[in-house]
Formats: sequence, structure tokens, C-alpha cells
Amino acid sequence: MIRFENVSKIYQDNAVVLSNISFEIKEGEFVSIVGKSGAGKTTLLRLILGLENPTSGEVYFKGMNVKDMDSLQLQEVRRKIGGIFQDYRLLSAKTVYENVAYVMQVEGKENREIDEEVPKVLEVIGIKDKINNFPSELSGGEQQRLAIARALVNHPEIIIADEPTGNLDPYNSYEVVSLLRKIHQTGRTVILSTHDREVINKLGQRVITLENGRIIRDEAEGKFII
Amino acid sequence: MLTNLKRILGFAVNDFNRNKGISVAAIFVLIVMIMLVSGLLFFRGITSYLTSEIKNKIDITAYFVDGTAEADVLGVRDEIIETTPNIKNIEYVSESDALEDFNKKHQNNPVLAKALQEVGGNPFLPSLNITTNGDPLQYEQVANILQTSDFSKLIDKVDFSQKEDTIKKIYSITTNINSVGIFLSIVLTILGIMVVFNTIKLAIDNSKEEIGTMRVVGASDWFIRGPFIICGAIYGFIAFVLCFLISGALAYLLSSYAGALLPGFSLIGYFLTNWWIFVLIQLFFGIGVGVISSFVVVKKYLEI
Repeated sequence: MIRFENVSKIYQDNAVVLSNISFEIKEGEFVSIVGKSGAGKTTLLRLILGLENPTSGEVYFKGMNVKDMDSLQLQEVRRKIGGIFQDYRLLSAKTVYENVAYVMQVEGKENREIDEEVPKVLEVIGIKDKINNFPSELSGGEQQRLAIARALVNHPEIIIADEPTGNLDPYNSYEVVSLLRKIHQTGRTVILSTHDREVINKLGQRVITLENGRIIRDEAEGKFII
Repeated sequence: MLTNLKRILGFAVNDFNRNKGISVAAIFVLIVMIMLVSGLLFFRGITSYLTSEIKNKIDITAYFVDGTAEADVLGVRDEIIETTPNIKNIEYVSESDALEDFNKKHQNNPVLAKALQEVGGNPFLPSLNITTNGDPLQYEQVANILQTSDFSKLIDKVDFSQKEDTIKKIYSITTNINSVGIFLSIVLTILGIMVVFNTIKLAIDNSKEEIGTMRVVGASDWFIRGPFIICGAIYGFIAFVLCFLISGALAYLLSSYAGALLPGFSLIGYFLTNWWIFVLIQLFFGIGVGVISSFVVVKKYLEI
């Protein structure tokens, strides 16, 4: 589904973030990308989303080279991916309902469908009672739940979670990871980037370990070893 | 398409309402800028009136030899009108009209009245008072025609050489006033556009992260850009309406003061005659600059 072929990313100040990495993620996999801060985890995810282009090498999404996609194709790819981020990336001037509805509106869904789906997803995620609140009125855990609701509402093929537990306490971290596992059990591909040892060791799924922009380990049932 | 348009409009109205502080600040800056440009428009009206009044006060006079028939003088007048461009006015003053004017002007001056009595009869000559567009070259051309063509034998003298310096000075002053006006307009307009652009940029800078999020969830460029542009248009429209009302009210309130300083000039009359120019300019600087600024700023963030 996603394939990296000899990908390197070097920024203008000659900082090498990724160095000649290659791997493949198959449909329905749960893959964790681990590494210290600055190891290149976020850059790797940005390359999948087409938010950056590799300096060299190729990134393929469903057989198509992300670098060669036009803006319409990129928008289509991004709509197939649900993104969850450490800083939540919510739309602060929109309510909980509007934040989730926005991604459905982006896809051109009918208002009737949006009115039906959004409350359902919010109920599943457990923040339906906050439907008319703004993100600033939610706790960190609730904000991350909202981000998950937004990522799920369009039934994406892939969930990309970039340090989703980075700003959360252990209880909320556990809740978020449980939700990701449930999402994976529905058959979706999940890519989780984290440096949370506890989370990785409990998952028992594939782990790709990055260090200084290189893959140093890729194990089918990996542990957090740095 | 229609659904998307409705959604974009809805987002824009929501953003406008929910970011009241930013909206009020942007509208305020737009009002200041539009009023600056409107002020320049009023300034232009006043200087145009002033320069045209000054130019109208300048003329040259061709005095005809004593006893020239009225038909000959009018023939010269018609020929000048036909052969010379930019003639604004030619007035024929007969001997009797000249005498009557003199008596009216100096009716309280016994010395002049006595001097006139001693000269006896009517010492005044028939004349043509000629006004052009104010250009000294134009006056010189008219004077040359009068003195060198066939009808020069009918003409006693043309007072161009006496008035030449004054004409040149006044022409230079009015030209300078116009140049300064144009220069000021350009500088202040550029300054105004830059201030508005930066205000809109500051307003959108707050949403920089959100634009990034919208891209990540797969929103099209127009779905992201639309609400910001419409918001810019709403700022501009509100600023335009307020500025148009303020301009009208100011023109009405200051009209009597302007009339006292510039007799014959009506500020409210100028505003009412040129209201559509005010509408066009205020709309352009309100909605136009608001929309273009929003477009440019969001485009920059979409490219990052």
C-alpha cells in the first residue's frame, strides 16, 4: 500500500533527516515508527501525506509516486488518510461538531449524511456531550479524541497518528491507543509514530526503529529498543 | 458546486462573527485607508476648482483701433475661435460697454471722473478679452495670430507682453499643485494598500496552522481560500458603506466652511456630482484590496 524506495530527505541547511530508507507497509498492517526526537518520524509521515517531497528516492501510495501527483490527486490521497497529531491540529474557530463535519464537507458529502454521521462518531469516541463546545473548551484528552473522531468520520483506508499520546497523561494515552487498536481491528491500516516505550511494548505489532534518519530495525512483532 | 459555495459562504460568515476583534481591527484599518483616498478625492476637487478659478482670472485683451466696426471685431473673434484650439472664452467689449464698466467701477472716485471729463468723449477702445486653458504658449500663439495675420491692421495693441510673466507664474503654480496632488495620491495610495495588506496578513496569520490542517484533511485550495477571500470582501463592504456615509456626512457638514474659504465652491455639490466616483474608488479600495490581499496571503500559505 505504501512503499519507500531509497528515500532521503535533506533540508536546505544540509540537515539529513532521512537517509536512504526503504520499506513497505501492506494493507491492514499496524506499524509503529519509533525513534528519539529528531529521528525523522514526522518527516516520514509528511512524505506519505505529500506535504514534502523527498530529496532523492520515491514514495509510492497504492502504486502511484506521491512526487508525481498533481494537487487534485494529492487531495484525494489525503482524504483517504485520517491524520492524528500530537498538537491535535483542530480548527479553533469551529465547534466540535463543525471540526468533524469539516472533513465530510471537504469530501462534498450531503448535509443530511453529515447530520447523521457526526453525532454517531462523537458518541463512539465519547465526546458527544461536548458537541457545541470549541476546542479551547476541551481537555487535552478530549481534544485528541476529537482529532480521532475527525480522522475516522470519512472511513479512511489509513490512519496516520503522529505522537498522538505526546501531550496526554497515561490514562488518556491508554484510551487513545485502545481506540487505535479498535480502528485496526476494523481492517484499517494504522501507522503510529511514537517514542512511548509502554505503548509499543503492549501493542505487539510491527515496529520500525529510526535512528539519525536510518532504519536500524524492522521487526514483525517488535519492541521499543533504542 | 452550489453546496460548496454555500459552505464557503457559511464558513466566512462564521469566521467573521467568531473573530470579532480581528474583524473590527481589519475594518477599522480599511476605513482609515479608504477615508485617506476619499480625502485625496476631495482635495483633488478643491484644487481643480481653485486652479480653474485662477486660470479663469487670466486673460489677454486685444484692443482695436478707434472706430473699428463691431462687425469687424466679431469677425476677428469668430476667426480666432475657428483657427485656435483650447479657447475657453472670448468676450467682446464695445467702447460704450468699456466706458460703462469704468464708470461703475470708479463711481466713488471724483479724481478719475474729473480726468475722464477733461479727456472728453469716450477714450476707450473696443476690445476682445480672450481666455485659454491657461498655458502661456497658448496665449502667446493667440497674441501672435492677432498681431501678424491679416487683421493686425485692425488691432491697436495686445497686452500679452505686459501679462506674460504673471501668466507664466500662475501656470507654473497650478501645474505644480496638480503634480503635487498626483504625487501625494500615488504615495498615500501605495502606503494605504500596504497597510491594508499587512492588516489582512496579520488577520490570516492567526489561521496559518489551520490552513495547514485543512490541507492535511484534503481540502481543495478554493475550499480553503474561499472563506478568507469572502471574509476580506465582507470587511471591505462594511468599510465601504461606512466610508460612503462618513464622506457624505463630512461633505454636508463642512460644505459651508469650504464655501466660506472658496466662494462658489460647494463640497456637498462636488460629492453629489461625483458620488459614483466615490462609490467606485471606495469599493475598489475596500472590497478590491481586501479580496486581493486575502488571496495573496492565503496563496502564500498554501504553497508552504
